[in-house]
Amino acid sequence: MAKTESTLKNMLMTLLVIAIISGTSLGFVYKLTKDPIDQSKLAKQQSAIKEVVPEFNNDPAAEVDTFVTESGLNLKIFHAKKDGVEVGLAIETITNKGFSGEIKIMVGFLPDGSILNYRVLNHHETPGLGSKMDEWFRPAKATVNQNEASKPSFFKWLFGIKSGTGGDKSIIAKTPGKNNLRVSKDGGEIDAITAATISSRAFLDAVDNARMAYLSQKTKETESVTQTPQEIVHE
Amino acid sequence: MNNWKVLFNGILKENPIFTLLLGMCPTLGVTSSAINGLGMGLATTFVLVMSNLVVALIKDFIPDKVRIPAFIVVIATFVTIVEMTMQAYLPALFNSLGLFIPLIVVNCIVLGRAEAFASKNTAISSIFDGLGMGLGFSLALTLLGSIRELLGSGKLFNSSIYPSDYGMLIFVLAPGAFIALGFLIAIINKLKKTA
Repeated sequence: MAKTESTLKNMLMTLLVIAIISGTSLGFVYKLTKDPIDQSKLAKQQSAIKEVVPEFNNDPAAEVDTFVTESGLNLKIFHAKKDGVEVGLAIETITNKGFSGEIKIMVGFLPDGSILNYRVLNHHETPGLGSKMDEWFRPAKATVNQNEASKPSFFKWLFGIKSGTGGDKSIIAKTPGKNNLRVSKDGGEIDAITAATISSRAFLDAVDNARMAYLSQKTKETESVTQTPQEIVHE
Repeated sequence: MNNWKVLFNGILKENPIFTLLLGMCPTLGVTSSAINGLGMGLATTFVLVMSNLVVALIKDFIPDKVRIPAFIVVIATFVTIVEMTMQAYLPALFNSLGLFIPLIVVNCIVLGRAEAFASKNTAISSIFDGLGMGLGFSLALTLLGSIRELLGSGKLFNSSIYPSDYGMLIFVLAPGAFIALGFLIAIINKLKKTA
């Protein structure tokens, strides 16, 4: 079969036909994969919520509040309730101060405002450095590492470095606002990830965004409590 | 050239990474672990096989002057299919490969094989060529990923071999990719000469 001539009409027709065929097939695949994609995103969100708040028996995804930070980031607030009583808030928080791009974290707050747990949902930090954040900001496990950390090392002894007293890397069970949740370099009480201060700052920035969302939610709730009688009067 | 020869040509003699040195961007970018390398390799293999097949089938209808845009549209279609399918059924792998999946479109191996092989050969041998090139690419990426993961974090396919505290961090980062790849190419060249 002879090759098609490179006339304008032929070129236009060929590209048009190829574009139509590929467009149609992509639309078809999109339709096929849309549900599984949504489901896997939802499942990820659900399991993260379950992990960061106490046991609940409502559907947190059914009533979602949103909070917009000053820099225009959209935070989602999930209410976890057990038998109608609020047991915690799960806040999906983001920051764009990461070492490379956005960091998305699910932070769980107890009703008293302290952090129960967190889970990193999405990030693009350096593997082996910033990517440690999913483990780092938790209480130290009783492992060999901890023993080593509490022992003054030769290096530290040589240069007269005192082992970090008061230095603590965990954000669990702390109350943002009461505890100074910044890296120790910035005068806070959280030890940054070794060699990943920027990622650590970004992580804590996301937690701080979550705190603001939490506070706004609390004020909204107290307002709505005081407003309820007025609404009745209006009716 | 018979088809089996074409297949092995891609895996060994003209291995895209070790011999042709094509597609270096994903090679250096995603091989921080063995599983990432394998995932990227298999995704590229699928795109290579499918685009080679389609290009070989439609090559007679495409006017010469617009063949590159036509090939790119075909390739981009398959890459997007891979991206959506992976996002739907392998979300964990999709998260770690992230940006590099859409970048398969501009991987020079894919367009290179479409232009150099599929547009001149039959559909069947184009499939074999895509398969060979893809497997060679996967093999190289998995090997490089394994070495970097083992030296960098003491793991292999996510199972711990030795404590990660003793790992050499540089191998997880970009410079380690260059160093490991350089040594691998040197070793393979040496083996080729003696063989």
